[in-house]
Formats: sequence, C-alpha cells, structure tokens
Amino acid sequence: MKPFELSRRKKDLAEEIESHLKMATADRVARGESPAHARREAMREFGNIPLVADVTRERWGWLRFERLTQDLRYALRTLGRDRGFTTVAVLILALGIGANIVVFSVVHTILLRPLPFYQPERLVWIAPPNSGHDLSSSTYSVDAYEDLRLMNRSYEDVTAYYAFSTPDNVKLTGHGQPVPATDISVAGNFFHVLGISAELGRTFTNEEARTGNVVMLTHAYWKSQFGGDRSIVGKTIALNDKPITVVGVLPESFDFGAVFSPGSKVDMIDPQVMNDVREQGNTLAFIGRLKPGVTLEQAQSEATTLFPKFYWGKKFPESIGAYKDHARPIFLKDYVSGALRRSLIVLWGAVGMILLIVCVNLSNLLLARTATRTKEFALRISLGARRGRLVRQLLTESLVLSGAGALLGLALAYTATFWLAHQGSIALPLMSSIRVDGVVLGWTVLIAVVVGLLFGLAPGLKVSAGNLQEALKDSSPGTSAGRNHERLRTILVVSEVALACVLIVGAGLLLRSFLHVLDVDLGFQPAWSSSINVEYATPVDFKTKDSLSRTIAQRNAYMRNMLQQISSVAGVDSAGLTDNLPLLRNRGWGGPTVKGKTYPKGYSHGAFVYMISPGYLKAIGMRLHGRDFAWSDTPTSQNVIILNKAAAQALWPNEDAVGHMAVLNDEDRLVIGVIDDVHGTNIEGDPGWQMYLPLTQWGGDGTLLVVQSKLTPAQLAPGIMNALRQIDPGQPLTELRPMQSVVDHANSPRRFFAVLVGIFAGLGLLLASLGIYGVISYSITRQTQEIGIRMALGATRERVQYGVISKTLRMALIGLAVGTIASFAVARAISSMLFGTQPSDPATFAGMIVLLTGVAFIAGYLPARRASRINPMTALRSN
Amino acid sequence: MAKKSGYENRIELMQGTLDMLILKTLQWGEQHGYGISQAIRATSSEVLQVETGSLYPALHRLERQGWVKAEWKKSDSNQRAKFYKITALGKQQLASDYERWGRMVATIEAIMTATGSNAGSEV
Repeated sequence: MKPFELSRRKKDLAEEIESHLKMATADRVARGESPAHARREAMREFGNIPLVADVTRERWGWLRFERLTQDLRYALRTLGRDRGFTTVAVLILALGIGANIVVFSVVHTILLRPLPFYQPERLVWIAPPNSGHDLSSSTYSVDAYEDLRLMNRSYEDVTAYYAFSTPDNVKLTGHGQPVPATDISVAGNFFHVLGISAELGRTFTNEEARTGNVVMLTHAYWKSQFGGDRSIVGKTIALNDKPITVVGVLPESFDFGAVFSPGSKVDMIDPQVMNDVREQGNTLAFIGRLKPGVTLEQAQSEATTLFPKFYWGKKFPESIGAYKDHARPIFLKDYVSGALRRSLIVLWGAVGMILLIVCVNLSNLLLARTATRTKEFALRISLGARRGRLVRQLLTESLVLSGAGALLGLALAYTATFWLAHQGSIALPLMSSIRVDGVVLGWTVLIAVVVGLLFGLAPGLKVSAGNLQEALKDSSPGTSAGRNHERLRTILVVSEVALACVLIVGAGLLLRSFLHVLDVDLGFQPAWSSSINVEYATPVDFKTKDSLSRTIAQRNAYMRNMLQQISSVAGVDSAGLTDNLPLLRNRGWGGPTVKGKTYPKGYSHGAFVYMISPGYLKAIGMRLHGRDFAWSDTPTSQNVIILNKAAAQALWPNEDAVGHMAVLNDEDRLVIGVIDDVHGTNIEGDPGWQMYLPLTQWGGDGTLLVVQSKLTPAQLAPGIMNALRQIDPGQPLTELRPMQSVVDHANSPRRFFAVLVGIFAGLGLLLASLGIYGVISYSITRQTQEIGIRMALGATRERVQYGVISKTLRMALIGLAVGTIASFAVARAISSMLFGTQPSDPATFAGMIVLLTGVAFIAGYLPARRASRINPMTALRSN
Repeated sequence: MAKKSGYENRIELMQGTLDMLILKTLQWGEQHGYGISQAIRATSSEVLQVETGSLYPALHRLERQGWVKAEWKKSDSNQRAKFYKITALGKQQLASDYERWGRMVATIEAIMTATGSNAGSEV
C-alpha cells in the first residue's frame, strides 16, 4: 500500500459522502424544504460524518497503517514537548546501543565473519597441539613441507610462509634515503591456496617460486609508497640494492598481518625460495586447504600417521620422526580467533548487561512519565480510545525513542569503530577490517526494536491493567504513589543495582588482572631501553673453520666499533646487539644438556635461543649472575653460554650452574652466567628454557641494536641515526622503538578488554545511580504534600532525611545482595581470563560494595536534602 | 484486544442481512449509496432504515470482496455520484445468502411455532 493512494481514496470517500448529502438535500428541497434546512436535516440524518468515514476506512484494512502514522505524529509531538526527558532518554539509549554496536562489530569481525579468503571453512592451520601463537614450536622444515605436499591425501594443497620475518626486514633503495619495509616470504602457491587473486598484475608463477627476485605489494604500501601508480606492475624496484620485479598488487581486502600476525603491518610479499632456508630447520608455518568432503577429524588422524614419516632435515637420516605427535590441524579460523572467543563473549555479555540497565532505566523514566500522564490517558479513554490503542501509543513512543537512540548510537559506534580500525597497535586479529556493515546495521535495528519493546512494556502494561478510577486517584500529587507502582519501580532499581554489581565485579577482576600483568617481572627493563634495526655489511663465512674465524674477527671489529660509537652518543648508557628481542620473534632449538650425564636416545628439551653481543644484557636491563660475554669470546677461545634460571636450575638443581660444562650440538660449552628468567614469548606464561650464545663466537646475525638511556627515544634518535650513518651511509631511516611499546603491544589484547569492560562498568554504575536518583527523587516529588504534613506535625529535617536515605539504602542493599551472588557465578565463569587474581578476590568485592553503597547514598542524599527543605506551608498550599 | 464498541456491534449484527439487501437492490441496476438506502426504505415501505454508518462500510467491504464494482458517474439529476454495480461473484453470493436466509427463517419459524410440551422434552 502506498500513502499517496491512501490519500486519494480518502478524498474519494469524502466526495462520496458529499454527493450523498447533496442528493439527500436535493430530494428534501424537491419536497419543499428550504435549502438550508434541507442540508441540515440531511446531515443530521446521515449521522456522525467523521465516524462513518472512519468505520468505512476500516474496511479497507489500511487503518492500521493510518493509525501508525497518527501514533507516530502524536509520539513526536509529545516527546518534542518534553525536551528534557527526551534528551536524557535518547542519550542513555545512544550510549547503551552504541556500546552494543561497537562490541558487536568487533565480535562480528573476529568471531562471526568468515575469514576474507575463498571458502575459508576449508582452510586449516597445521601446528603442534596447543602451540598457540608461539612460533618456536609451531613451524616445520622445508623437507617436511615438501613431503607433506607429496604424501597427504586430505588436502587440495598445502602452503606455507616463512614465520621468522622481522618488521622492517628489507630496505627500499634507489630513491634517495633507503626506506625500511616489511616483507613476508611465502610458498609459491600461497595465494592460490588462500584463493586470493591480484588486484593488479598477477601472483607468483611456479618458476618465480624457485628463482625469487619478484615481489607483490600490499594495497596499502602500493598506495602510500608508490602513490597507487598502476604502471608499477612489471617495473623493477631496488630492495637492499637488488633489482626486484613487481609482478602484482594485492587486493585491499588481503591483510596478512591482520590474520597471521595481529597488530603488525606488512608491506610486500615475495616467494620463499625453499632452498635458501632448507638448512635453517623449522622456519615454515603451514596452512592447508582440505579437499571437499574431507573432515577436520580425517585430516587430524592422517596427521598422526603421516607426520612421524617426515624429516627435520633429510641430510640427517636420523631426524626422521622429529615431528611425531607434532601436528594437529585445526581450522584456520580457530587459530586466528579461537583464543579470543571467551574474552569476546564476556565483552558481549557486558554490553548486553549495559543494555539491560538502559532498559530498566528507561522503563523507570517512562513509568514516572506515564504516572504523570494518567490524566491524559483517562481523558483519551473517556473520549473513546481503547486501551490497546493507548498501549500501542506508548510502544510507539518508546520505539521512537529507541530509534533515535539507535541513530545517535550508530554515529557514536561509527566513530569508535573507525578509531579502532586505525589503531594498528592492538594485537587483535582482523581489527583493521572492523566497520559498521550491513550485518551490524541489521543487529542495530534488532536491538533498537527489542529495547524499545522491552522498556515500553512496563508502562504499557501499567496502562492496560490500570483501573481508570485508581489511575485518576493515583495521579493526584502529594500522596504516596500507588503501592503497585512503587513496587514495580523498586524491583526495577534493585535489578539495576544487581546488574551494576556484576559489571563492576567483572571489570574489577579484569582490571586487577591487567595490573598484575603490568606488575610481572619481565626480567628486563622496558622503560629505559629502545631498539633499532641496523645493517652491517660484514657477512660471516661458515664454509671452513678458518674462513669462519677470519670473517667473525672482521665482523667483531666492526660491531665493537659500532657499539663504541653508539655508547659515546650523548645520553646512551649502554648498547648491545641481539638477533631477537623478548616478546617479539622467538626461535627454539634443542636445549643444552649436562656434560657427563647420559640421556635416553632422542632426548631433547627445547630452549629459546638468543644470539647477543657483549653489553646487550646490560642494555636491555637483564639481571646477570656470573659474567657477561666479552669481545674475547671468539671461535678460537673456550665455547661459552649463558642460561636463564629455569634452564640452569633444571640442569643443575640446587647448584650454581656457573662454571659447569654444558653440551650443545655435541660441543662443550662453559656456563659463564645465569640470568633471571625473562618473559621471552609472552608475559603471562611460563618463560621456559632460554639460552644466550655469543655473536662474537657463534657468528649469527644480530641486527637489532638495543640502547639503554634515560632520554626518550625521540630525543635519542637523531644522535643514534647520526652515529649509524657515519659508520654506514646506507643505514635506512628506521624508527628507534622503545621496548615499552613491545611490552604494550604484547599486553594490548588484555588492555583492550580491561579498558572496554571498565568503561562499561563505569557506564553501568552511572546508569544505576541515575536510576536510584530518579526513583527517589520522583517519589519525593510525589510525596511533597505528605512530607509537608509530617513536618508540620513535628518531624525534624533529620528525620525526613533519614527516612529517604534509609529507603534508598534498603533498595541498594537488596540489589547488592542479589548482585553479589550473581557476581560470584560470573566471576567463576571468567576465571580463565584472570591473571594472578582469584575469582572471589575480596578486594574487588569489597570495593564494589563500598562503591555502590556510596553511589547509592549520594543518589539518595540529593533528593533527601530537597525533601528536608520542603516548606510545610508551601507544600500544603500548593495543591 | 479490548472489546469492540457498541456502535460497531450493531454493524456486525446486521452484516449478513444488510449485504444481502444491498446486493438484491443492486440486482435491479447500478445504484449509488444514497439511492440504495432510499430504495431499501421504499421497498420495505419505510420499515427498514439503513444507517449510513452501516451502509458505507458494507459497500466498501463488498467492493473489497469483489461482489460489487464502483464507478463515478452522473446521476439522473446530473449529480456526480459513485455508482455500485453487482458482479457475477456478487450474484452467486446473493443466491447463497438468500438460500441461507430462507433456511434460517424456516428454522426460526419452526421453533416459534413448535408446541410447548414438545419443546420442553427436547431441551
């Protein structure tokens, strides 16, 4: 039905009635009546014209729609008249609905939406069981990769990427100052397996996968670095002074970092030449695409029989079986977001509670309004309005309110999601693709309608159930509100307080967990150290023992000179080099054993490996017992090693490990120092075994320069860059990255959840206190006369105040009691998300009780003060 | 839903009969609302007065059900009016209405003329 057709038909009906009247009048005139009299009589005979029109229109079946527009117009008019109420209601709704939209868009992006790949439900992540996001143990060798591709029956194909790329690992040269960029190397079939096609150009060919020297740019990098130049495809760019051909540009929807390494950006992707890393051990992360019809369980059972047949390296025939029990495919989606599911659901629950509190608050506000509008309703009923119509009117009003709230909430949410999507530093997957899309809009409409109906229901029922007579009596100000009314409102406030309890306890526990995490002794001092990527052009030649010592000696001289130059920069306290920083990339090897002790065949305990220069431990602030590496530790001197406490104590329980001989890769190494455990892979977990090897002796690549300084990185950077450029003019302009940012990045998911739940708890508290205030304040207004009489009869101000406050606190305490019980249940449910905090943490519970009681007291005190200032004479006169 | 107002109840009561009367009137030829009410009044010797509040809703309902068709035309007295015309469907409806009416009258008649003792034993 169309509105314009409705108006046409209305006109038609009016004409029909008019023609009836004209004919009747004409007949009467023909019978000899005067025209005026005839017209009057005809109209009298016809009856109530609007009513006839109304009843007739009802036969069209359109009246529903007509009434809706009527109700809508009326609702807008009433709400417009009561601006204060409308503003408060819409604001409260906007906050509640807005928070829900934001969280839903996060949940939708991370949990619900399929990954942005072709048939993502068939993609699996192949890694050891429970390896989580620790790279050290979730990667495989090239030989294993090739065997898996050949021998499996479950997958259409298996692809891989090199898991140990560092940020800014290449530099774009050839355009003035070198610019650092981040490159990820992937197997040649990577895009084919994921189902990604190039936005421009093409993906890698099989030939290119063998030879390398080609690259694909990510959409963002293409835009920012090459200004979106479409002719870039086929051109050559210089990476690390080598010519590399750009074969394509990736689509905007493909964000490697968002899926595989949350919170980091990737600029380009090149094919991994497998032979380059064949000797490097476990370097590849696996992704498989299941054949249609193959279930995950089938793939899992195949993995248990297939993986033991793979070699760590075919050069070492005894390395067959290195991957026994070392592979369990899981859905890629579960790998990406599985660990976050619980946190997100908790977050979702928290905003759901906010929405409930909002509903309760709005119910209360509307109930109060309904009470003052009883006369209006009584009038409408006596004029013939049905109760159903009034209920519909009230629901229309509440839907208009929730609709307006949803619109404003949508605007808030849009801003918030935009902000979140551009926070590159939050280590949550897919964050950059968070937005308000169609599904989110649908969700918004749904909650707006549900919320509108929910909070419109209480006043609606009130009106439909109410007795007109009683309503009229109830509405006379000055007496206590009707008992039913009062009880309903009290129940609402009590439930509001209980909900706030649960929110505050949840937020308190998460916040305390977060504080505990911040308090964790990381084993190093992030506050004072920063790191920067450096280059050095003195490669180590591992071919022969001689070439090794010679090239290492050259490089040691270079490194030593560099560290001296850096140390002399104003403000630098100490400096050192490392290949890996804690909490960033990690790498695991078979750990050391005790010399002279026999181990069962095939025994190996994994340990994280760090190659460091002399001075590094001091620069990053690790606490060392024993001696640091020295420049005199070279390939020709005694082999040395530094262990962390966990490894040292496991190898030499109840003994000082320093001075003992360990065995690593069949070579003796003297333990010269033990450091306090460093959180190398994550902050909340067990540090595991760590070993530190001297760059000066081993010859690994330590390209991360760490400096300790009391200056800020910004103050420090120019001096450092200057010194580095003096040594090597080709040093790209890389950022001096504070270690604190690395720690913050590692903490960001927890911070994200703690802060959001904290905000929601604050919102819940605010709304609950508004609710208490509203109810008490309203009942004071209605009891003005009663209080006036009591005061006239001798009640003191204190007595009146006491009465109001004790009433408030009584409500709050019931809410607290209910809420505390509910909080215990909720706290237990989220216990796995807590860190160093008991679900029944007394401080949190006590804090919540004090906070809520305090807020309830204030919310009651303000109206109580007003009550005690009532002038009995004015109060009695005012009616 | 709240109960219907008394006004509408009267319409509901008359519905079946009124429909039949309107359709019957239209069988003689197309007619406008005023004409229908006048015709019913005249043929019933002024006994039946059709209220406009019942007539127009009924006409619009009959139109919606496809039993009558409406058209704007000039009347004999040169007055523009909406003329209703019975459709084939309407004629069928009239026949079945009339038949039902006849049965109802016969049934009511039977009850009204039954002997008291007989009725007593039946109930």
